[in-house]
Amino acid sequence: MNTLVTLITAGITFGTVLLYGTLGEILTEKSGSLNLGVEGIMYMGGAFGLAGAFYYEKAAGGIGNGPVAIVIAILAAFAAGALASAIYSFLTITLRTNQNVTGLALSIFGTGVGQFVGEFMRVSEGGYVALSNPLKEAFSATIWPDALIRIPILGPILFSHTIFFYLAIVLAIVMSLFLNRTRKGLYLRAVGESPSTSDAAGIDTTRYRYLATIIGGGISAIGGMVYIMTTAGCVWNHEGLAGVGWLAVALVIFCIWRPLNAIWGSVIFGAMMIMYLRVSLPFIPTEIYKILPYVVTVIVLIITSMRNSRDKQPPASLGLNYFREER
Amino acid sequence: MSEKRTPFVRLAKRTDIDPKKAWLIRVASIVVALILGCIPMLFTGTNPIEAYSVIVQGSLLRPVYFRQTVKIAIPLLGCALAIAPCFKMRFWNIGAEGQITMGAMCATYFALYWVDKVPSAVLLVIMFLASLVGGGLWALIPAFFKAKWNTNETLFTLMMNYIAIGIVAWLQGGPWEGRKGSQLIPMFDDAARLPNLFGVHIGWIFVLVLVVLMHIYMNKTKQGYEIAVIGDSQNTARYAGMNVGAIIMRTMFISGAISGFVGFMTVSGANYTLYSGVADNVGFTAITVAWLSQLNAFAMIFISMLLAVISKGANTLQTRLQVPASISDIITGILLFAMLSCEFFINYRLIFRKKGEEVEA
Repeated sequence: MNTLVTLITAGITFGTVLLYGTLGEILTEKSGSLNLGVEGIMYMGGAFGLAGAFYYEKAAGGIGNGPVAIVIAILAAFAAGALASAIYSFLTITLRTNQNVTGLALSIFGTGVGQFVGEFMRVSEGGYVALSNPLKEAFSATIWPDALIRIPILGPILFSHTIFFYLAIVLAIVMSLFLNRTRKGLYLRAVGESPSTSDAAGIDTTRYRYLATIIGGGISAIGGMVYIMTTAGCVWNHEGLAGVGWLAVALVIFCIWRPLNAIWGSVIFGAMMIMYLRVSLPFIPTEIYKILPYVVTVIVLIITSMRNSRDKQPPASLGLNYFREER
Repeated sequence: MSEKRTPFVRLAKRTDIDPKKAWLIRVASIVVALILGCIPMLFTGTNPIEAYSVIVQGSLLRPVYFRQTVKIAIPLLGCALAIAPCFKMRFWNIGAEGQITMGAMCATYFALYWVDKVPSAVLLVIMFLASLVGGGLWALIPAFFKAKWNTNETLFTLMMNYIAIGIVAWLQGGPWEGRKGSQLIPMFDDAARLPNLFGVHIGWIFVLVLVVLMHIYMNKTKQGYEIAVIGDSQNTARYAGMNVGAIIMRTMFISGAISGFVGFMTVSGANYTLYSGVADNVGFTAITVAWLSQLNAFAMIFISMLLAVISKGANTLQTRLQVPASISDIITGILLFAMLSCEFFINYRLIFRKKGEEVEA
């Protein structure tokens, strides 16, 4: 029982990172853009989020205010991700480049920029970039009182997390409502399913694609920042961040493009990624645990395509550019 | 006031562009990218002109550097050739990373366990064949599901990468581990290593031969024609009596086999051992190489060398001027963005609104 609780708790910690990456990518993919640059976007989010908090503290003379630092880190990460996705949007939507190739180029570019900023900060600050301890704690502290956390089983599972987890849940719910309950959400989905139909219906497809992709990229980038500021302990760590973006892309499929599914999906993926540390099953080597999320995703992908049920498919025009002139 | 004004910029498709002008635009885009690449250099306080000259010197101007640059270009070129037929078919195979890894894994099995059983030449041939089968079969899995159930191949092949890498990571720390606890697979015996020619493993000859073969395959054979037809329209292909599913699977097998071969060259010619990062993002970068070359096999030689120069040059830059080597990824990224965008200006003409013009007559 205890193992299970620690597993779920740890799964949520890592899952939060994925949840941001996935939510952003869901929004992006709903508009028909398959942005494969998430890996790069999350790198940039991590580096710029850290930079934002670090330089804020430096500017404040070493005594930073926790909540302010958190807001700055979120904004810096969001801006970095939005900027990266803006490049992607401009290339794929306006200049009509191939989405797969552009996404991969963004991945290369983003990992480079993230790594560069991370290293540049380290070198320019004389070898070590870290926040002061009180600020570090602000990032990894929970928002609930101690009494709630001490509730057996439910306490640690529900109340022991950082503010980022609860923000992500709110974001998932809002996004789900937006996509399924509002007119704009309907338009957005229509653009992702059939841009030519939406265009004929008078929807500004270009604007919807641009906005969804840019905002989505910003949200994904927050995930990278959350990883660096919580799991990695406010230190630039590119090795830990490697592959997270791709895992987020996998999770989008696993939760069949639904934000609410992403909540529990991210916990499962998070748990699978750290399971080898907590649970050792005989005959299953640790490295095999790590491929589980990908295997599960492949199975989901196969089953949904075999069943061919309409509501469980990728957006119909996913990965395809829309040229009005070339209908 | 007219009812509707002409938009500020209009697009018109160019039907025929002077090839000279097209190349001029492409060269200009590379120049623009290199200028934009100065920004991160200025950030670190490095003189961009000095930095670029170090990149060129450190990758081309000394034989020892040049060899290393070629060594980087070999897998890129080989893998771009592998991807070309898939992309021509509009089958977005982004699983070359995994196919390289699987080919490398299969070759490594024989390098480790058959080394005493057969002479060196035979062993290398067996490793070569094993890598073809390994990479090919790994690529066949998503192709099969695409052909049968139309499963999204972009996402499927992407996932297969990490499964392949995970399997090798397991072998590395498990059954194939050399010294216990080292997490490393032992170095290959000399018998399992590719010989060198002019200081670089003979893989460079193989890939150059492959360039010619792939050019012929894509442009002069029936199979190449079938691939082109499917890429244009699957329905046309079906109507013409082609078995689209079978062609998809065949093409993916060939593509995966070539990627597997790249894996074999990497373990047997460059690394002399296998580890989970054997593909080292080559599978992804090669996609951009293939695309930027417009799937032209000969252009791939140039593009893969260009990216290899940046990659090797940035390493030298780091040791000489203390600029983080990750700058190579930034410059590569900018270069890719610029070269991707320039196709737009080759394919379309921008027409700006003229003063006083209200409505197009």
